[in-house]
Amino acid sequence: MRVLKTPFVLATTLFILLFSNGINAKSQEDKKEGAVNTKEEVEEYILHHIKDSHDFHLFSYTNSEGERKHIGFPLPVIVWSSEGLVTFMSSKFHHDDSGHHIVEASGTRFAKLHGKIYELQPGAESITFDEEHHATNATKVLDFSITKSVLGIVLVGLLMLLLFGSLAKQYKSKKVPTGFGRVLEPLVIYVRDEIAKPNIGDKKYRQFTGYLLTVFFFIWILNLLGLTPLGFNVTGQLAVTAALAIFTLIIYTVKGNKDYWQHMLWMPGVPVLIRPVLAVIELAGAFLIKPFSLLVRLFANISAGHIVVMSLIAILITMKAEMGVVGSSLLSFVLSLFITLIEVLVAFLQAYIFTMLSALFIGMAVAEHDHHHEHDEHGHDKVDAEDVRGNYI
Amino acid sequence: MTVPNLVGAGLIVIGAGIGLGKIGGSAMEGIARQPEATGKIQTAMIIIAALLEGLAFGALFLGK
Repeated sequence: MRVLKTPFVLATTLFILLFSNGINAKSQEDKKEGAVNTKEEVEEYILHHIKDSHDFHLFSYTNSEGERKHIGFPLPVIVWSSEGLVTFMSSKFHHDDSGHHIVEASGTRFAKLHGKIYELQPGAESITFDEEHHATNATKVLDFSITKSVLGIVLVGLLMLLLFGSLAKQYKSKKVPTGFGRVLEPLVIYVRDEIAKPNIGDKKYRQFTGYLLTVFFFIWILNLLGLTPLGFNVTGQLAVTAALAIFTLIIYTVKGNKDYWQHMLWMPGVPVLIRPVLAVIELAGAFLIKPFSLLVRLFANISAGHIVVMSLIAILITMKAEMGVVGSSLLSFVLSLFITLIEVLVAFLQAYIFTMLSALFIGMAVAEHDHHHEHDEHGHDKVDAEDVRGNYI
Repeated sequence: MTVPNLVGAGLIVIGAGIGLGKIGGSAMEGIARQPEATGKIQTAMIIIAALLEGLAFGALFLGK
Protein backbone atom coordinates (compact mmCIF):
# COMPACT_ATOMS: atom_id res chain seq x y z
CA MET A 1 0.00 0.00 0.00
CA ARG A 2 2.85 2.32 0.83
CA VAL A 3 4.11 1.96 -2.70
CA LEU A 4 0.70 2.91 -4.04
CA LYS A 5 0.30 5.86 -1.71
CA THR A 6 3.30 7.82 -2.86
CA PRO A 7 2.23 8.26 -6.50
CA PHE A 8 -1.27 9.07 -5.29
CA VAL A 9 -0.01 11.84 -3.01
CA LEU A 10 2.22 13.06 -5.78
CA ALA A 11 -0.65 13.15 -8.25
CA THR A 12 -2.88 14.98 -5.78
CA THR A 13 -0.20 17.56 -5.05
CA LEU A 14 0.38 18.02 -8.75
CA PHE A 15 -3.34 18.45 -9.33
CA ILE A 16 -3.67 21.05 -6.57
CA LEU A 17 -0.67 22.90 -7.93
CA LEU A 18 -2.18 22.91 -11.39
CA PHE A 19 -5.45 24.18 -10.01
CA SER A 20 -3.82 27.02 -8.16
CA ASN A 21 -2.04 27.81 -11.37
CA GLY A 22 -5.41 27.76 -13.09
CA ILE A 23 -6.89 30.24 -10.64
CA ASN A 24 -4.06 32.63 -11.35
CA ALA A 25 -4.56 32.17 -15.07
CA LYS A 26 -8.27 32.83 -14.74
CA SER A 27 -7.94 36.49 -13.91
CA GLN A 28 -5.75 36.94 -16.97
CA GLU A 29 -8.17 35.00 -19.17
CA ASP A 30 -11.07 37.25 -18.28
CA LYS A 31 -9.20 40.32 -19.39
CA LYS A 32 -7.81 38.83 -22.57
CA GLU A 33 -10.72 36.99 -24.10
CA GLY A 34 -14.34 37.84 -24.45
CA ALA A 35 -16.88 35.34 -25.74
CA VAL A 36 -14.86 33.74 -28.50
CA ASN A 37 -15.03 30.12 -27.37
CA THR A 38 -18.72 29.97 -26.60
CA LYS A 39 -20.86 26.94 -25.95
CA GLU A 40 -22.74 27.46 -29.23
CA GLU A 41 -19.54 27.22 -31.20
CA VAL A 42 -18.62 23.94 -29.49
CA GLU A 43 -22.10 22.55 -30.09
CA GLU A 44 -21.94 23.52 -33.74
CA TYR A 45 -18.52 21.94 -34.07
CA ILE A 46 -19.73 18.64 -32.58
CA LEU A 47 -22.80 18.55 -34.82
CA HIS A 48 -20.59 19.32 -37.80
CA HIS A 49 -18.36 16.37 -36.89
CA ILE A 50 -21.29 13.97 -36.55
CA LYS A 51 -22.57 14.83 -40.03
CA ASP A 52 -21.11 13.67 -43.30
CA SER A 53 -19.27 16.31 -45.33
CA HIS A 54 -18.21 16.97 -48.89
CA ASP A 55 -14.58 17.65 -48.02
CA PHE A 56 -12.03 15.99 -45.80
CA HIS A 57 -11.54 18.53 -43.06
CA LEU A 58 -8.91 17.84 -40.42
CA PHE A 59 -8.84 21.12 -38.48
CA SER A 60 -8.92 24.86 -38.96
CA TYR A 61 -7.33 27.82 -37.21
CA THR A 62 -7.20 31.58 -37.40
CA ASN A 63 -3.76 32.93 -38.26
CA SER A 64 -2.16 36.12 -37.03
CA GLU A 65 -3.72 38.16 -39.86
CA GLY A 66 -7.16 37.04 -38.76
CA GLU A 67 -7.69 34.73 -41.73
CA ARG A 68 -9.48 31.43 -41.23
CA LYS A 69 -7.27 28.59 -42.49
CA HIS A 70 -8.66 25.11 -43.15
CA ILE A 71 -6.39 22.09 -43.18
CA GLY A 72 -7.64 19.10 -45.16
CA PHE A 73 -8.22 18.13 -48.76
CA PRO A 74 -11.19 18.41 -51.13
CA LEU A 75 -13.22 15.47 -52.39
CA PRO A 76 -15.00 15.15 -55.74
CA VAL A 77 -18.60 16.29 -55.97
CA ILE A 78 -20.69 14.23 -58.37
CA VAL A 79 -24.26 15.39 -58.87
CA TRP A 80 -27.07 14.57 -61.26
CA SER A 81 -28.55 17.90 -62.24
CA SER A 82 -30.89 19.07 -65.00
CA GLU A 83 -27.83 19.18 -67.30
CA GLY A 84 -26.92 15.56 -66.55
CA LEU A 85 -23.93 14.37 -64.61
CA VAL A 86 -21.76 17.22 -63.30
CA THR A 87 -18.48 16.78 -61.44
CA PHE A 88 -16.19 19.28 -59.75
CA MET A 89 -13.99 19.39 -56.66
CA SER A 90 -15.55 20.43 -53.38
CA SER A 91 -12.79 23.01 -52.89
CA LYS A 92 -14.78 25.25 -55.26
CA PHE A 93 -17.25 25.87 -52.44
CA HIS A 94 -14.43 27.36 -50.30
CA HIS A 95 -15.83 25.75 -47.12
CA ASP A 96 -19.03 27.71 -47.49
CA ASP A 97 -22.09 25.98 -46.09
CA SER A 98 -24.57 28.85 -46.06
CA GLY A 99 -25.46 28.85 -49.77
CA HIS A 100 -23.76 32.20 -50.50
CA HIS A 101 -20.87 30.86 -52.54
CA ILE A 102 -22.09 29.98 -56.04
CA VAL A 103 -20.19 27.44 -58.12
CA GLU A 104 -20.65 27.38 -61.86
CA ALA A 105 -20.06 24.05 -63.60
CA SER A 106 -21.32 22.76 -66.96
CA GLY A 107 -23.61 25.75 -67.41
CA THR A 108 -25.48 25.28 -64.12
CA ARG A 109 -25.03 27.03 -60.82
CA PHE A 110 -24.68 25.15 -57.55
CA ALA A 111 -24.61 26.18 -53.93
CA LYS A 112 -24.08 24.24 -50.73
CA LEU A 113 -26.52 24.79 -47.91
CA HIS A 114 -26.38 22.85 -44.62
CA GLY A 115 -24.34 20.06 -46.19
CA LYS A 116 -26.74 19.60 -49.13
CA ILE A 117 -25.99 20.67 -52.68
CA TYR A 118 -28.64 22.78 -54.41
CA GLU A 119 -29.01 23.60 -58.06
CA LEU A 120 -30.03 27.18 -58.77
CA GLN A 121 -32.83 27.77 -61.24
CA PRO A 122 -31.74 29.20 -64.61
CA GLY A 123 -31.02 32.90 -64.42
CA ALA A 124 -30.75 33.01 -60.65
CA GLU A 125 -27.63 34.74 -59.37
CA SER A 126 -27.93 33.87 -55.69
CA ILE A 127 -30.19 31.85 -53.41
CA THR A 128 -33.15 33.64 -51.90
CA PHE A 129 -34.72 32.37 -48.70
CA ASP A 130 -38.24 32.41 -47.32
CA GLU A 131 -39.05 33.09 -43.65
CA GLU A 132 -38.22 29.55 -42.55
CA HIS A 133 -34.83 29.80 -44.22
CA HIS A 134 -35.71 27.38 -47.01
CA ALA A 135 -34.32 28.11 -50.44
CA THR A 136 -37.01 29.37 -52.83
CA ASN A 137 -35.23 29.42 -56.19
CA ALA A 138 -33.04 26.32 -55.86
CA THR A 139 -33.74 22.59 -55.85
CA LYS A 140 -31.87 19.68 -54.32
CA VAL A 141 -29.93 17.50 -56.74
CA LEU A 142 -29.25 13.78 -56.70
CA ASP A 143 -25.91 13.63 -54.94
CA PHE A 144 -23.50 10.79 -55.73
CA SER A 145 -20.48 12.62 -54.34
CA ILE A 146 -17.49 10.86 -52.85
CA THR A 147 -18.11 12.27 -49.40
CA LYS A 148 -15.99 11.63 -46.34
CA SER A 149 -18.09 8.61 -45.37
CA VAL A 150 -17.93 7.17 -48.87
CA LEU A 151 -14.16 7.59 -48.76
CA GLY A 152 -14.11 5.75 -45.43
CA ILE A 153 -16.22 2.92 -46.81
CA VAL A 154 -14.01 2.57 -49.89
CA LEU A 155 -10.84 2.63 -47.80
CA VAL A 156 -12.14 -0.02 -45.40
CA GLY A 157 -13.37 -2.12 -48.31
CA LEU A 158 -9.94 -2.05 -49.95
CA LEU A 159 -8.26 -2.78 -46.63
CA MET A 160 -10.51 -5.77 -46.07
CA LEU A 161 -9.90 -7.06 -49.59
CA LEU A 162 -6.18 -6.79 -48.98
CA LEU A 163 -6.20 -8.40 -45.53
CA PHE A 164 -8.64 -11.22 -46.16
CA GLY A 165 -7.51 -11.80 -49.72
CA SER A 166 -3.98 -12.46 -48.51
CA LEU A 167 -5.32 -14.58 -45.65
CA ALA A 168 -7.36 -16.71 -48.05
CA LYS A 169 -4.40 -17.07 -50.38
CA GLN A 170 -2.22 -18.39 -47.58
CA TYR A 171 -4.45 -21.40 -47.00
CA LYS A 172 -3.64 -22.69 -50.48
CA SER A 173 0.06 -23.16 -49.73
CA LYS A 174 0.20 -23.74 -45.97
CA LYS A 175 -2.07 -24.73 -43.14
CA VAL A 176 -1.19 -22.02 -40.64
CA PRO A 177 -1.38 -18.38 -41.73
CA THR A 178 1.57 -16.11 -41.07
CA GLY A 179 1.86 -12.40 -40.43
CA PHE A 180 -1.32 -10.44 -39.79
CA GLY A 181 -3.36 -13.47 -40.79
CA ARG A 182 -2.62 -14.92 -37.38
CA VAL A 183 -4.57 -12.08 -35.82
CA LEU A 184 -7.48 -12.46 -38.21
CA GLU A 185 -7.86 -16.24 -38.15
CA PRO A 186 -9.08 -16.52 -34.54
CA LEU A 187 -11.56 -13.71 -35.17
CA VAL A 188 -12.89 -15.41 -38.28
CA ILE A 189 -13.23 -18.68 -36.39
CA TYR A 190 -14.88 -16.85 -33.50
CA VAL A 191 -17.56 -15.39 -35.79
CA ARG A 192 -18.09 -18.78 -37.43
CA ASP A 193 -18.23 -20.91 -34.28
CA GLU A 194 -19.78 -18.51 -31.78
CA ILE A 195 -22.12 -16.46 -33.95
CA ALA A 196 -23.01 -18.30 -37.17
CA LYS A 197 -23.12 -21.93 -36.01
CA PRO A 198 -25.21 -21.68 -32.83
CA ASN A 199 -27.72 -19.24 -34.31
CA ILE A 200 -28.23 -20.59 -37.81
CA GLY A 201 -27.67 -24.29 -37.23
CA ASP A 202 -25.00 -26.78 -38.17
CA LYS A 203 -26.50 -27.63 -41.56
CA LYS A 204 -27.00 -24.19 -43.07
CA TYR A 205 -24.50 -21.88 -41.42
CA ARG A 206 -21.91 -22.12 -44.21
CA GLN A 207 -23.73 -20.09 -46.86
CA PHE A 208 -24.35 -17.19 -44.46
CA THR A 209 -20.94 -17.11 -42.78
CA GLY A 210 -19.50 -15.00 -45.60
CA TYR A 211 -22.08 -12.28 -45.12
CA LEU A 212 -21.77 -12.34 -41.34
CA LEU A 213 -17.97 -12.11 -41.50
CA THR A 214 -18.13 -9.22 -43.94
CA VAL A 215 -20.63 -7.30 -41.85
CA PHE A 216 -18.73 -7.98 -38.63
CA PHE A 217 -15.35 -6.80 -39.87
CA PHE A 218 -16.82 -3.91 -41.88
CA ILE A 219 -18.63 -2.50 -38.86
CA TRP A 220 -15.80 -3.19 -36.47
CA ILE A 221 -13.07 -1.59 -38.59
CA LEU A 222 -15.26 1.41 -39.35
CA ASN A 223 -16.10 1.82 -35.65
CA LEU A 224 -12.41 1.75 -34.78
CA LEU A 225 -11.66 4.17 -37.62
CA GLY A 226 -14.20 6.52 -36.06
CA LEU A 227 -12.10 6.62 -32.88
CA THR A 228 -9.04 7.95 -34.68
CA PRO A 229 -8.57 11.72 -34.95
CA LEU A 230 -9.30 11.53 -38.69
CA GLY A 231 -12.91 12.33 -37.87
CA PHE A 232 -14.69 9.56 -39.74
CA ASN A 233 -18.18 8.87 -38.46
CA VAL A 234 -19.35 6.29 -40.98
CA THR A 235 -21.26 3.83 -38.79
CA GLY A 236 -22.87 6.86 -37.16
CA GLN A 237 -24.60 7.74 -40.45
CA LEU A 238 -28.20 6.59 -40.70
CA ALA A 239 -27.81 5.83 -44.42
CA VAL A 240 -24.93 3.42 -43.81
CA THR A 241 -26.57 1.52 -40.96
CA ALA A 242 -29.85 1.46 -42.89
CA ALA A 243 -28.12 -0.11 -45.89
CA LEU A 244 -26.55 -2.76 -43.67
CA ALA A 245 -29.90 -3.50 -42.01
CA ILE A 246 -31.56 -3.75 -45.44
CA PHE A 247 -28.96 -6.34 -46.50
CA THR A 248 -29.94 -8.48 -43.52
CA LEU A 249 -33.62 -7.89 -44.28
CA ILE A 250 -33.16 -9.02 -47.89
CA ILE A 251 -31.26 -12.13 -46.84
CA TYR A 252 -33.77 -13.39 -44.31
CA THR A 253 -36.71 -12.49 -46.53
CA VAL A 254 -35.32 -14.23 -49.61
CA LYS A 255 -33.91 -17.23 -47.76
CA GLY A 256 -36.94 -17.69 -45.50
CA ASN A 257 -38.41 -21.16 -45.95
CA LYS A 258 -42.00 -22.36 -46.12
CA ASP A 259 -42.31 -22.81 -42.37
CA TYR A 260 -41.12 -19.25 -41.76
CA TRP A 261 -43.75 -17.74 -44.03
CA GLN A 262 -46.46 -20.07 -42.75
CA HIS A 263 -45.74 -19.17 -39.16
CA MET A 264 -45.75 -15.53 -40.09
CA LEU A 265 -48.88 -15.35 -42.25
CA TRP A 266 -51.19 -18.23 -41.29
CA MET A 267 -49.80 -19.75 -38.14
CA PRO A 268 -51.05 -23.21 -37.24
CA GLY A 269 -52.62 -23.86 -33.90
CA VAL A 270 -53.97 -20.35 -33.40
CA PRO A 271 -57.72 -19.58 -33.51
CA VAL A 272 -58.61 -18.52 -37.06
CA LEU A 273 -60.03 -15.16 -36.00
CA ILE A 274 -56.78 -14.14 -34.33
CA ARG A 275 -54.58 -15.24 -37.23
CA PRO A 276 -54.92 -12.05 -39.34
CA VAL A 277 -54.20 -9.86 -36.31
CA LEU A 278 -51.09 -11.84 -35.49
CA ALA A 279 -50.06 -11.85 -39.15
CA VAL A 280 -50.10 -8.04 -39.20
CA ILE A 281 -47.94 -7.93 -36.07
CA GLU A 282 -45.57 -10.56 -37.46
CA LEU A 283 -45.24 -8.73 -40.78
CA ALA A 284 -44.55 -5.44 -39.04
CA GLY A 285 -41.98 -7.21 -36.89
CA ALA A 286 -40.20 -8.81 -39.82
CA PHE A 287 -40.19 -5.87 -42.22
CA LEU A 288 -40.10 -2.83 -39.92
CA ILE A 289 -39.15 -3.51 -36.34
CA LYS A 290 -36.25 -5.92 -36.88
CA PRO A 291 -34.38 -3.77 -39.44
CA PHE A 292 -35.27 -0.58 -37.59
CA SER A 293 -33.88 -1.87 -34.32
CA LEU A 294 -30.72 -3.04 -36.10
CA LEU A 295 -30.08 0.27 -37.80
CA VAL A 296 -31.02 2.58 -34.94
CA ARG A 297 -28.97 0.65 -32.38
CA LEU A 298 -25.75 0.91 -34.34
CA PHE A 299 -26.35 4.51 -35.40
CA ALA A 300 -27.31 5.71 -31.92
CA ASN A 301 -24.51 3.91 -30.11
CA ILE A 302 -21.78 5.20 -32.38
CA SER A 303 -23.16 8.73 -32.67
CA ALA A 304 -23.68 8.96 -28.91
CA GLY A 305 -20.13 7.74 -28.34
CA HIS A 306 -18.75 10.36 -30.70
CA ILE A 307 -20.80 13.12 -29.11
CA VAL A 308 -19.63 12.14 -25.62
CA VAL A 309 -15.96 12.00 -26.61
CA MET A 310 -16.22 15.33 -28.45
CA SER A 311 -18.01 16.93 -25.50
CA LEU A 312 -15.31 15.75 -23.11
CA ILE A 313 -12.64 17.12 -25.40
CA ALA A 314 -14.62 20.36 -25.47
CA ILE A 315 -14.11 20.69 -21.69
CA LEU A 316 -10.74 22.00 -22.80
CA ILE A 317 -12.48 25.06 -24.16
CA THR A 318 -15.60 25.43 -22.05
CA MET A 319 -13.86 25.04 -18.68
CA LYS A 320 -10.78 27.05 -19.56
CA ALA A 321 -12.00 30.14 -17.75
CA GLU A 322 -12.84 28.22 -14.55
CA MET A 323 -9.92 25.83 -14.34
CA GLY A 324 -7.10 27.34 -16.31
CA VAL A 325 -5.39 25.93 -19.35
CA VAL A 326 -3.53 23.09 -17.63
CA GLY A 327 -6.36 22.09 -15.29
CA SER A 328 -8.95 21.90 -18.06
CA SER A 329 -6.53 20.05 -20.37
CA LEU A 330 -5.79 17.50 -17.67
CA LEU A 331 -9.46 16.96 -16.82
CA SER A 332 -10.44 16.72 -20.47
CA PHE A 333 -7.55 14.35 -21.22
CA VAL A 334 -8.33 11.98 -18.35
CA LEU A 335 -12.08 11.86 -19.04
CA SER A 336 -11.82 11.55 -22.81
CA LEU A 337 -9.13 8.86 -22.52
CA PHE A 338 -11.41 6.91 -20.20
CA ILE A 339 -14.43 7.20 -22.49
CA THR A 340 -12.35 6.45 -25.59
CA LEU A 341 -11.21 3.19 -24.02
CA ILE A 342 -14.84 2.31 -23.31
CA GLU A 343 -15.62 3.22 -26.93
CA VAL A 344 -13.04 0.67 -28.10
CA LEU A 345 -15.09 -1.95 -26.26
CA VAL A 346 -18.35 -0.53 -27.67
CA ALA A 347 -16.87 -0.65 -31.18
CA PHE A 348 -16.41 -4.40 -30.86
CA LEU A 349 -19.65 -4.95 -28.96
CA GLN A 350 -21.79 -3.18 -31.55
CA ALA A 351 -20.19 -5.10 -34.42
CA TYR A 352 -20.77 -8.31 -32.43
CA ILE A 353 -24.39 -7.46 -31.65
CA PHE A 354 -25.21 -6.48 -35.23
CA THR A 355 -23.71 -9.72 -36.52
CA MET A 356 -25.28 -11.78 -33.75
CA LEU A 357 -28.78 -10.37 -34.35
CA SER A 358 -28.39 -10.76 -38.11
CA ALA A 359 -27.46 -14.41 -37.55
CA LEU A 360 -30.39 -14.80 -35.16
CA PHE A 361 -32.89 -13.34 -37.66
CA ILE A 362 -31.49 -15.44 -40.50
CA GLY A 363 -31.55 -18.49 -38.27
CA MET A 364 -35.22 -17.88 -37.44
CA ALA A 365 -36.04 -17.69 -41.14
CA VAL A 366 -34.21 -20.84 -42.22
CA ALA A 367 -34.88 -23.01 -39.14
CA GLU A 368 -36.45 -26.37 -39.85
CA HIS A 369 -39.40 -26.93 -37.58
CA ASP A 370 -39.64 -30.49 -36.46
CA HIS A 371 -42.64 -30.23 -34.13
CA HIS A 372 -44.70 -32.76 -36.08
CA HIS A 373 -41.86 -35.17 -35.72
CA GLU A 374 -41.72 -34.55 -31.97
CA HIS A 375 -45.42 -35.03 -31.59
CA ASP A 376 -45.24 -38.33 -33.36
CA GLU A 377 -42.83 -39.51 -30.76
CA HIS A 378 -45.40 -38.90 -28.08
CA GLY A 379 -47.89 -41.02 -29.94
CA HIS A 380 -50.30 -38.30 -31.04
CA ASP A 381 -51.48 -38.05 -34.62
CA LYS A 382 -51.54 -34.29 -34.79
CA VAL A 383 -51.14 -32.06 -31.78
CA ASP A 384 -51.89 -28.41 -32.24
CA ALA A 385 -51.72 -25.56 -29.83
CA GLU A 386 -55.51 -25.90 -29.51
CA ASP A 387 -55.08 -29.21 -27.72
CA VAL A 388 -52.29 -27.87 -25.58
CA ARG A 389 -54.46 -24.91 -24.64
CA GLY A 390 -57.23 -27.30 -23.65
CA ASN A 391 -54.91 -28.86 -21.12
CA TYR A 392 -54.17 -25.53 -19.54
CA ILE A 393 -57.79 -24.42 -19.31
CA MET B 1 -35.04 20.14 -26.98
CA THR B 2 -38.28 21.14 -25.35
CA VAL B 3 -39.34 20.21 -21.83
CA PRO B 4 -41.74 17.37 -22.84
CA ASN B 5 -38.98 15.86 -24.95
CA LEU B 6 -36.55 15.95 -22.06
CA VAL B 7 -39.11 14.41 -19.69
CA GLY B 8 -39.81 11.70 -22.26
CA ALA B 9 -36.11 11.00 -22.68
CA GLY B 10 -35.82 10.72 -18.90
CA LEU B 11 -38.72 8.27 -18.76
CA ILE B 12 -37.15 6.18 -21.53
CA VAL B 13 -33.85 6.07 -19.66
CA ILE B 14 -35.63 5.08 -16.42
CA GLY B 15 -37.45 2.26 -18.19
CA ALA B 16 -34.35 1.04 -19.99
CA GLY B 17 -32.39 1.23 -16.75
CA ILE B 18 -34.91 -0.91 -14.91
CA GLY B 19 -34.93 -3.41 -17.76
CA LEU B 20 -31.15 -3.60 -18.06
CA GLY B 21 -30.86 -3.92 -14.29
CA LYS B 22 -33.25 -6.85 -14.25
CA ILE B 23 -31.43 -8.55 -17.12
CA GLY B 24 -28.03 -8.02 -15.54
CA GLY B 25 -29.22 -9.02 -12.07
CA SER B 26 -30.84 -12.22 -13.28
CA ALA B 27 -27.75 -13.10 -15.31
CA MET B 28 -25.57 -12.56 -12.24
CA GLU B 29 -27.82 -14.82 -10.20
CA GLY B 30 -27.78 -17.44 -12.92
CA ILE B 31 -23.99 -17.32 -13.17
CA ALA B 32 -23.67 -17.57 -9.39
CA ARG B 33 -25.90 -20.63 -9.35
CA GLN B 34 -24.32 -22.30 -12.34
CA PRO B 35 -20.84 -20.92 -13.02
CA GLU B 36 -20.28 -23.55 -15.72
CA ALA B 37 -23.03 -21.95 -17.84
CA THR B 38 -21.40 -18.50 -17.74
CA GLY B 39 -20.72 -18.32 -21.48
CA LYS B 40 -24.24 -19.22 -22.54
CA ILE B 41 -25.83 -16.90 -19.98
CA GLN B 42 -23.62 -14.00 -21.07
CA THR B 43 -24.52 -14.46 -24.74
CA ALA B 44 -28.22 -14.57 -23.97
CA MET B 45 -27.86 -11.57 -21.68
CA ILE B 46 -26.11 -9.50 -24.35
CA ILE B 47 -28.75 -10.38 -26.97
CA ILE B 48 -31.64 -9.39 -24.70
CA ALA B 49 -29.83 -6.27 -23.55
CA ALA B 50 -29.24 -5.35 -27.22
CA LEU B 51 -32.92 -5.85 -28.05
CA LEU B 52 -33.91 -3.64 -25.12
CA GLU B 53 -31.32 -1.07 -26.09
CA GLY B 54 -32.67 -0.99 -29.63
CA LEU B 55 -36.14 -0.27 -28.27
CA ALA B 56 -34.84 2.50 -25.99
CA PHE B 57 -32.75 4.08 -28.73
CA GLY B 58 -35.65 3.84 -31.14
CA ALA B 59 -37.84 5.74 -28.70
CA LEU B 60 -35.15 8.35 -28.06
CA PHE B 61 -34.59 8.74 -31.79
CA LEU B 62 -38.29 9.13 -32.59
CA GLY B 63 -38.71 11.68 -29.81
CA LYS B 64 -35.76 13.79 -30.91
